[in-house]
Amino acid sequence: MSLSMSLLNWALWGLVATLVLTTISSVAQGLRLTRMNIPFMLGTMFTPDRDRAKIYGFMVHLFNGWIFSFFYIAIFESLHYSSWWLGGILGLFHALFVLTWGMRALPGLHPRMASELHGPTVARQLEPPGFLALNYGVRTPIAAFVSHLVFGIILGAFYRVLL
Amino acid sequence: MTSATAHGPRPLLARRESLPFAVMTSRIGDYGLIGDCRAAALVSRLGSIDWLCWPRFDSPSLFGALLDDEAGGRWSLAPTGACESRRAYVEDTNVLATTFTTATGRVVVTDFMPVASEEDKKHNLIPDHEILRIARCEAGEVELEQRFRPRPGYGGERLRFCDRGALGYRLETRDGTATLRSDMPLRFDDQGAHGRVRLRAGDVVYSALGFADDWPAILPPLGFASERALHRSIEWWRAFARRADYDGPFAAAVRRSVLAVKLLVYAPSGAVVAAPTTSLPERLGGNLNWDYRFCWLRDASLTMRALMAIGYCDEAKAFASWLIHSTRLTRPHLNILYDVYGNHPGDERILRRWHGFDGSRPVRIGNAAVEQRQLDVYGEVIDATAQMARAGAHLDRESQKMLRGFGEYVCRHWNEPDEGIWEPRSGRSPHTHSRLLCWVAVDRLIELSERGLLQRAPLDQLHATRADIRREIETRGWSDKHDSYVAILDGDEVDATLLLLPWYGFEPADSPRMRATWRRVERELGANGLLYRYRNAESPGEGAFGICSFWAPEYLALGGGSAEEAERAIASVLARANDLGLFAEEIDPETGEQLGNFPQAFTHVGFINAAISLARRQQKEAGVEPRRVPA
Repeated sequence: MSLSMSLLNWALWGLVATLVLTTISSVAQGLRLTRMNIPFMLGTMFTPDRDRAKIYGFMVHLFNGWIFSFFYIAIFESLHYSSWWLGGILGLFHALFVLTWGMRALPGLHPRMASELHGPTVARQLEPPGFLALNYGVRTPIAAFVSHLVFGIILGAFYRVLL
Repeated sequence: MTSATAHGPRPLLARRESLPFAVMTSRIGDYGLIGDCRAAALVSRLGSIDWLCWPRFDSPSLFGALLDDEAGGRWSLAPTGACESRRAYVEDTNVLATTFTTATGRVVVTDFMPVASEEDKKHNLIPDHEILRIARCEAGEVELEQRFRPRPGYGGERLRFCDRGALGYRLETRDGTATLRSDMPLRFDDQGAHGRVRLRAGDVVYSALGFADDWPAILPPLGFASERALHRSIEWWRAFARRADYDGPFAAAVRRSVLAVKLLVYAPSGAVVAAPTTSLPERLGGNLNWDYRFCWLRDASLTMRALMAIGYCDEAKAFASWLIHSTRLTRPHLNILYDVYGNHPGDERILRRWHGFDGSRPVRIGNAAVEQRQLDVYGEVIDATAQMARAGAHLDRESQKMLRGFGEYVCRHWNEPDEGIWEPRSGRSPHTHSRLLCWVAVDRLIELSERGLLQRAPLDQLHATRADIRREIETRGWSDKHDSYVAILDGDEVDATLLLLPWYGFEPADSPRMRATWRRVERELGANGLLYRYRNAESPGEGAFGICSFWAPEYLALGGGSAEEAERAIASVLARANDLGLFAEEIDPETGEQLGNFPQAFTHVGFINAAISLARRQQKEAGVEPRRVPA
């Protein structure tokens, strides 16, 4: 497989995996398993307007998905191997990273997110996710693990390594 | 507390001795309503929020002390010890201010659900659902007590509290997460939170209860942000009230009724719920307790027609849009009620553990009337749509298709029995009112077609049906024996709906038949200036019906009497509102007590319509051309 084909392959399956992850997250939200809404959280970094925030956040999320999928691809290429189970394992680690480091760091990065310690202010009113994003519902980690597991499985199953 | 008066306005003052927390307010009229056009809460005269369903009107209750003091849950904020309370809405708003006067000082508790314009929402993160309570000590010193005892899921859910420190005190429910924040020192336990604080003149404390169901919660800080939300809400409601294009008699009361009705509009879909409560009794201690937290097509159509008549066309358009989308699955058959998104409400069930208001059991959730057939609904819906069209609104192809479908349905089924407007659970009968509204349906479709607003209507069939219905009402709906129209074809009894024959244009109000019918209705259904809807074996103990009590003066205003008689009659009924100007479904003619679900859109709509009819009569007599409401 040529490099250009490989890049196309990454772009396609990175997009598909991110869309599926977003869909699973939305379904979990609709089923009241979690209140975590990544596009909304990302979008409110840029605007307080909810309708616009959802659109901006979706685009940022899509971009993030591609970036993260690059690391999956890099690991596949370095191992000269990809499979659904390897992608799944990476997905679980990805979820663990997002739920622990990512969610803990978010209040520091997000200009409208309140701090656990100091509470809300005029500028920062969005509820922070807390450890494992448990503030958004006790089943949030389950939803996050499932969606990232599927994200990894899609990349692992459909991405073809160069050699 | 002071007792109710049989006549005249309600007392403004309530006196509370030093009472334990678990004291139920025993009068429906002791409540006030706050809301944000998504949900609503009932606040008692004693500063207790005793009814709240989140995130929408028909969600399970978070506070339900209204219906069960123990199991229901409440959130109170009031002085400790003896006090007097006086309350009022901030002028032309739904922001409720309760002033408590104690032996040592005076404190005002301002309760509201923040609302904001679309422009504000673009520039600020605003919670989806929130109640703000601001207590401001105006004089002396007052010890204030706050008790927070939520009982989610009609008191049936396990309480899962979590103290989140600076982020507030959180309660996880099946429908979402409620977060209480207060700058009052509170002690938390496994039942809720409790605290006391001594306020001096000038001191202010803020408490906020937010609810998040779909998103991460938005938690505005207390203090400055709360004041800003108050200011924003006052401006929003005043801007809404200013849109009222009405300067006739009872203008202030009309604005209050419009504000009350607006609280029952579910803004995200445009639906209008009949009332924000369930199972407030039509007969104290009795079993006439129903769930009204749904959208009855009849009530909603009447509401929209009344709002539109005084200039609220946006609400009418939103309702028309809701109607088109929500009835799509059942058309041309119409259910009589839907939930706020046009779905079938859940099955009716009984909360057996709940004692009900003043011991009135059962407490019902859901409404089995959804299975009933009420043919008048078609006429109400078509008449509301026709009024919109008359005001210049465009009927798109989908709306025209819907109307044609309704017309065909009415032509096929108008002569069948139904449960009728009063929803008895004793079976179907041929109701004169249902026939009248079928006549209205056909008549309005003919009108729309002749104006060129409705294409491809089966005019021959409509004309023939209209003539058939008129013949049937004039023969079988009229009783020579009793010299009046009758409620059921070939029957003997009257009901209040017969006064609507002139309102819909079926017969002039001053015709000999209508005058004879009015005399009989007044004689048999009248009571202390009010009107029962009917009197038969199913009605003992019921109160007089609010909207019917306004139909009577409206009949006078339409030509059945003089304008002065109509004005006096309206004033007499209006005096039966509670001190906030709110009406329940019914009123006890003897004690003046509000009965049934509260507040009830139907009753307020009856008042608005009566005032409009009187204003038009007065304008006509003064030779003034009535204003036409632009679409």
